[in-house]
Amino acid sequence: MNAYIGTPTSRVDGRAKVTGAAKYAGEFPADGLLHGFVVEATIPCGRIARLDTSAALQVKGVLDVLTHANRPPLADKDEAWRDEVAPEGSPFRPLYDDTVKFNGQPIALVVAEDWETAKFAATLVRVEYEQRGFATDLEGERGKAAEMDKPHKPRGDAAATLAQARVRHEAEYVIPTEHHNPMELYATTAIWDSNGKLTIYDKTQGVQNVHKFLCGVFDKKPDDIRVASPYVGGAFGSGLRPQYQVVLATLGALALKRSVRVVLTRQQMYGLGYRPMTIERVGLGAKSDGTLDAVTHEAIAVTSRYEDFARNDTGWAEQLYSSPNSRFSHKLVHLDVSTPCDMRAPGAASGVCALECAMDELSVALKLDPIELRLKCYSDRDQSENLPYTSKQLRECYARGADAFGWSRRNPAPRSMRDGKELVGWGMATGVWEALQMPVAVRIVLTSNGHAEVSCAASDIGTGTYTIVAQVAADALGLPIENISVRLADSTLPQAPVEGGSWMAASSAHAVLAAAEEVRKELLRLAGKIHGSPLAGAELADTVLTDGSIARASDNRRAVSIADAMRHGGVERIEKEKLNQFGEDKKHARNTHSAVFAEVKVDELLGVIRVTRVVSAIAAGRILNTKTGRSQIMGGVVWGIGMALHEETVMDHRFGRIMNANIAEYHIPVNADVHDIDVIFVDEPDAHINALGIKGLGEIGIVGVPAAIANAVYHATGKRIRRFPITLDKVLD
Amino acid sequence: MGDLTHQIPERIPIHLVVNGVSHTLDLVPWTTLLDALRDHLALSGTKKGCDHGQCGACTVLVDGRRVNSCLTLAVMNDGAEITTVEGLAKDGTLHPLQQAFIDHDAFQCGYCTPGQICSAAGLLVEGRARDADEIRELMSGNLCRCGAYPNILAAIQQAMGQP
Repeated sequence: MNAYIGTPTSRVDGRAKVTGAAKYAGEFPADGLLHGFVVEATIPCGRIARLDTSAALQVKGVLDVLTHANRPPLADKDEAWRDEVAPEGSPFRPLYDDTVKFNGQPIALVVAEDWETAKFAATLVRVEYEQRGFATDLEGERGKAAEMDKPHKPRGDAAATLAQARVRHEAEYVIPTEHHNPMELYATTAIWDSNGKLTIYDKTQGVQNVHKFLCGVFDKKPDDIRVASPYVGGAFGSGLRPQYQVVLATLGALALKRSVRVVLTRQQMYGLGYRPMTIERVGLGAKSDGTLDAVTHEAIAVTSRYEDFARNDTGWAEQLYSSPNSRFSHKLVHLDVSTPCDMRAPGAASGVCALECAMDELSVALKLDPIELRLKCYSDRDQSENLPYTSKQLRECYARGADAFGWSRRNPAPRSMRDGKELVGWGMATGVWEALQMPVAVRIVLTSNGHAEVSCAASDIGTGTYTIVAQVAADALGLPIENISVRLADSTLPQAPVEGGSWMAASSAHAVLAAAEEVRKELLRLAGKIHGSPLAGAELADTVLTDGSIARASDNRRAVSIADAMRHGGVERIEKEKLNQFGEDKKHARNTHSAVFAEVKVDELLGVIRVTRVVSAIAAGRILNTKTGRSQIMGGVVWGIGMALHEETVMDHRFGRIMNANIAEYHIPVNADVHDIDVIFVDEPDAHINALGIKGLGEIGIVGVPAAIANAVYHATGKRIRRFPITLDKVLD
Repeated sequence: MGDLTHQIPERIPIHLVVNGVSHTLDLVPWTTLLDALRDHLALSGTKKGCDHGQCGACTVLVDGRRVNSCLTLAVMNDGAEITTVEGLAKDGTLHPLQQAFIDHDAFQCGYCTPGQICSAAGLLVEGRARDADEIRELMSGNLCRCGAYPNILAAIQQAMGQP
């Protein structure tokens, strides 16, 4: 049964990706395809007083310039614009009216016969604005922060306990705005067919989310629009909500009754979602033995004027560490910027970074080993709801990670370890994320030649969904993986939510199992009808699909081949679709955990920081694919290196404009920045969470990494840098 | 502003040999080699990630040298031999680098992969990378946001015959 689940199976879409055959949203051809180029607002707040497109329209090859003044109809109710994962508020509507809500807002779309012409003509669009007063600086406006939600109940009297604590640490950590910067540019190809129907190839993490959104925004019937996204060149949360270019490409196609492609420039991508800048204030009060008396965590985050984007930055402390007194708060500051969005481990990447830096500072104050401190506060229950976990092998993560890293050889004194002219620092941190699961439907079409097509609307954004779906289907159907073909990311396929939150592995895998059970039921019915059938009278529960046959689980020599069962039944194919829903379990908390260990080497004279080693020990239930799973964690670690040392979107608050809106000045890790990364999957059997014991890996890899690196920098240099990223100027300062 | 219809330059005939196939294209001179491949020859295997020479996704081999195809105009390459990711496999057999990328899971989303592979193919020919640090350094013009760098390194080492 388990020939593939749990093995290091290579990606089934690997060949398509290494040969260039895999097609991404902006690469689908169409007859008479037109190209749209976006004109952006250059002020952060105000209205468009005059928009002159006459010069652009004179350029040979330009067909139209769409603006708020001449566009086709768009929905006027917020409900239509509110997608599956929209926050509270009134979503942004591109080219809707003359108001400007943020710098970089799209205000016109030039449509031309080719891309270069559209790009050139876009430079000829003249805009005059009435600018209004604006604010874009979170730190300058923090006094206007408003309490938004209280995700966790306060316990005891945290303020008083903290004030009286024997050992106390309280500090602010600042996480800057960060942009996802997937390698693929945000892109949509809207293909117009002669019946007026549209096929939309869009860079999205949720084709059905985009489909429903477009049907609402353009008042179309579900059958009028199909959205597909077979390959997605990275997204990391940026493709959860429909991006504005999908509206613009669709607008262009409807206006001109032609196929239209809109690809944003790298610079324009900075006008969409991002990880919000946050000021994270953490307070920890402890007894002298290291047990915690009080935990407080307040986050102040940026959002737009029109939507309240808030994530759980502050609740993690409560889950991770036992403390009788705690208080959490999340505040938002509304600024003249676009709405933030989810970015890898939203909330946790920032909040746990602050918490785990604070824990390190507390361990220094207590003169206690950082792991020792975390074990003192270890909790086997989620204290917010006072529930046990479905499984929690975090202790094992600390032990295995420390062992692999060589933590016991660490001299705790800062600046005590050297390698030539470089100071060496060792730091560690804990990571935590949720183990979520969602309803997903899968269709399996089994043909009598022993091949199966497995289909679902879910996306594979590089996470490996194609591969794990094929693995689970191969095992559940008892077929070689080469006989499984997987179709994903088409809005006409069985239902799936957006791919995010690390929920797709568990959700899609169990949907495959559910659909495969329906197939097995049908095969049993057919096989049982054969005269003298070895399966006559067999219970479904006593059957398995194995080796191209349906067999008794108790004696798999008593079997009927799929081909025989279907031939006798007179069918060529069995088609079954099943929606899998997970039972509600209110008796357990569901989380993944990690222990991250980092080594940095810091050039004492130049301040250059290198992350020379990272060990990430992960407890995330059963790992479906140890090869692609390892890659996901490794990628998360690389993201953590970026968050710790490189990434920062810098805004000039005098103009409310991003200054480094490109991928050279917005720094992300390059190959030379990344050295040894050791990923350890700790054995974590989980009998409660779901049948396969799966938890998901997309987010947990980044959580804790920035803190482990920051703590290592402190250990190397004796300098505590609380404003991220930790650049060399801060080390030398 | 005058008559802007004259601001679109005249098309120029350009000859390119791409993956061994000869093409004559009529292109306006501002067309980059990248756009010529993607939009005019339907070779979308070569990726556009920034259009500014910052990410390396558009790397192709021009007369055997690795080049950011977004930073060179098609007209500048008149007569050149171009190899793109579509031209690496021979008769259905993957190039050793392509196979090594699959074996080592050296990609996730796959968008930077054609550029990584073409860049690595150029690197092998250059013969300058002798150890892991040199490979990392000389592959640092090719960004991978999924963070597959250690696996990219391992794949290149496999193709180089290094342990």
